[in-house]
Amino acid sequence: MKDEIKVALVGNPNTGKSTLFNVLTGLNQKIGNFPGVTVDRKTGHCSLPDGRRAEIIDLPGTYSLYPKSRDEAIVFSVLADQVNDQRPDLIVVILDASNLKRNLLLYTQVADLKIPVIIALNMMDLAKKDGITIDIDALSKKLGVMIVPISARRNEGIDKLKQSIVNANKFALQQDSVDTRSIAPELVDAISEELAIDNPYFALQLAHQHETLSYLTPAQSDRIEELEKIHGFHSQKAQASETIARYNYINDLLYDTVKKAESAEEETASNRIDRILTHRVFGFLIFFSILLFMFQAIFAWSSYPMDLIEKLFVWMQGGVHDLLPPGPLTDLLADGVIAGLSGVLVFIPQIAILFAFIAILEDTGYMARVTFMMDKIMRKVGLNGKSVVPLIGGFACAVPSIMSTRTIENWKDRMITIMVTPLISCSARLPVYTLLIALVVPNRNVWWIFNLPGLALTFMYVLSMVSAIVVAWVMKHILKARERGYFIMELPVYRMPRWSNVALTMYDRSKTFVIEAGKVIIAVSIILWVLASYGPGDNFAQIEKKYSESKYGQTMKPSEIEHAKASEKLESSYAGYLGHFIEPVIKPLGYDWKIGIAIITSFAAREVFVGTMATIYSVDGDTEEIQPVKAKLANARNAETGQLTFTLASSFSLMMFYAFAMQCASTVAVVYRETKDWRWPAVQFLYMTVLAYGISFLTYQLLK
Amino acid sequence: MKKLSQLEVGKKGVIKEFTDLEMSLKLMEMGCLPGEEIKLERIAPLGDPIAVNVSGYMLSLRKQEASTIILQ
Repeated sequence: MKDEIKVALVGNPNTGKSTLFNVLTGLNQKIGNFPGVTVDRKTGHCSLPDGRRAEIIDLPGTYSLYPKSRDEAIVFSVLADQVNDQRPDLIVVILDASNLKRNLLLYTQVADLKIPVIIALNMMDLAKKDGITIDIDALSKKLGVMIVPISARRNEGIDKLKQSIVNANKFALQQDSVDTRSIAPELVDAISEELAIDNPYFALQLAHQHETLSYLTPAQSDRIEELEKIHGFHSQKAQASETIARYNYINDLLYDTVKKAESAEEETASNRIDRILTHRVFGFLIFFSILLFMFQAIFAWSSYPMDLIEKLFVWMQGGVHDLLPPGPLTDLLADGVIAGLSGVLVFIPQIAILFAFIAILEDTGYMARVTFMMDKIMRKVGLNGKSVVPLIGGFACAVPSIMSTRTIENWKDRMITIMVTPLISCSARLPVYTLLIALVVPNRNVWWIFNLPGLALTFMYVLSMVSAIVVAWVMKHILKARERGYFIMELPVYRMPRWSNVALTMYDRSKTFVIEAGKVIIAVSIILWVLASYGPGDNFAQIEKKYSESKYGQTMKPSEIEHAKASEKLESSYAGYLGHFIEPVIKPLGYDWKIGIAIITSFAAREVFVGTMATIYSVDGDTEEIQPVKAKLANARNAETGQLTFTLASSFSLMMFYAFAMQCASTVAVVYRETKDWRWPAVQFLYMTVLAYGISFLTYQLLK
Repeated sequence: MKKLSQLEVGKKGVIKEFTDLEMSLKLMEMGCLPGEEIKLERIAPLGDPIAVNVSGYMLSLRKQEASTIILQ
């Protein structure tokens, strides 16, 4: 007996698979890639009653083993891969008791692969409410598998499920459901013989899916193709007769095991909620109110924790200067690392709130309704109702959103969604917007409930949605479609959000943000501080010499001399040279060379902007007086003209630049990963940067 | 010959057959099978897609897809 067994969770979408996964594994989870394919693989561990450990693998939700999207293609390739050690020892199929008939289709397919299976029968309470009674023992006997009733949300039946996992291998394998060999007998026999396969259903699946399975050699795949031609195999017709045969079997199965009350005609609560939430007028009103509320909340609720974090960092920066001996290392720590970090970590509250909202919308089932309502509009501009989820997710971060486009079945819809998702204002832009809005937009209330900065922020978000739609519409006419698009989707029953899941998402995302962004920011801060603190040749020595002359001592106060010296040093440092180098290009946008430095550094990630500004102005600024970034920038003046650097025109121009430019190395990487073609991220980077430059230029010239 | 897309809101029908093989595979997997009762629950605010009740759950699909389902 092995000490660790691999257990895969398989089930339809919305059956509570991920909830069960969370319950079984707790915080003991890890996200990686499936070997050979770059699709998220969520695994975790749980200990079993007999002392062994089980590795739990959460597979994407699917309605059948015949994949409709990239996400679903993973399920069969993991279950069937006999070469790789990823093949699970046991499969737990999760069935929604209130919707057994459709759910059993997937079960019969998985069972016919002859990997040991047990059934976790979830949502018994819902079934009971709908007047459905299930004779579990009879059903279990007919199928020849163990059925464990559970409630994943209420944590019920989990111990029993674990015990069943322990016992699973002591029982005989499940019974055959349908005679799959009879669908294409000669072909199945030929493939079985050729590839030494002893499972007829597996051989049949290979006939359908051999082109997409990476573990078949090209020669094997070609041979299967050849055999299909010889035996006149028609994939779609075979699938249709298989599906009908399976449903016949399922109908037989359910005939005397599941009873449905005849009076189950009354309207469900979900239906009544839908009447309002998908109403032709109220539906959209509610949707836009939710979005507006979300942005107002992000702005309003987060201000207190943000103030606290800001103060903490100012205190830390001062503390480091006071406690450590003065010198380059202390400066690096205080003015480089801490100043850089403070500019970004202050946004943790906003990011946590944003992700909480998105988790709640997903969890309640409301997101599916938004998809339903928006499909027609989306289709007009070349997207798909399902594009709404990545687009709304884009408010949080483009990277997971682009990965979530895998559920879009149609190639063209998916590509356009990927291309426009980074236009949606993500949480990394939030620091930039918040800072610049706070600098130039007065904090005033309008119409009682809205405040001006909140409205300005909402404007930036709406702008990002509009731009995504316009670009999508343009691409609809450029891209050529290879297949026809369709939209067939389940509308899940409304449910209360699982608050623990929301909390887990908030914690998880904030942690990732801190670690991922933190790493980049510390690295960039250090490099930047070095670039800003040293210059080529003897530049710095000459500045020291110049200010040591007595004429400065007579006309200027010592603190003024220090400041003038620091400014001049920054200007003749390596960073200063870089900034000056690109200044001619960015001057028409209203930026000076200091902002130029920040634009260069933030091409790796937008959130670096605030950190960079903090570092530049800390190096440049008074060491006597340590201020938050906002105060430093508010007083910044252009050295040549003596005017404020951050005016309404330059600040909005800068916001436009950050709204449109694709300054995110992670997004570039993920677009390549998802499209497997460098041309996609290259085109995306180019069009977004050109758009950013043009719109910033117009904004500055018009507002100036 | 009545198509699912011609059904009125709140009315029921029984699925007879499909006019499109590729679409029928997807629809059958989602529980739309010949002999199955199907009820048009609602139409999206902009007139498309529609939501139907079939095999005990709510399914949304576009009118164009619904027009490949022939009712008895």
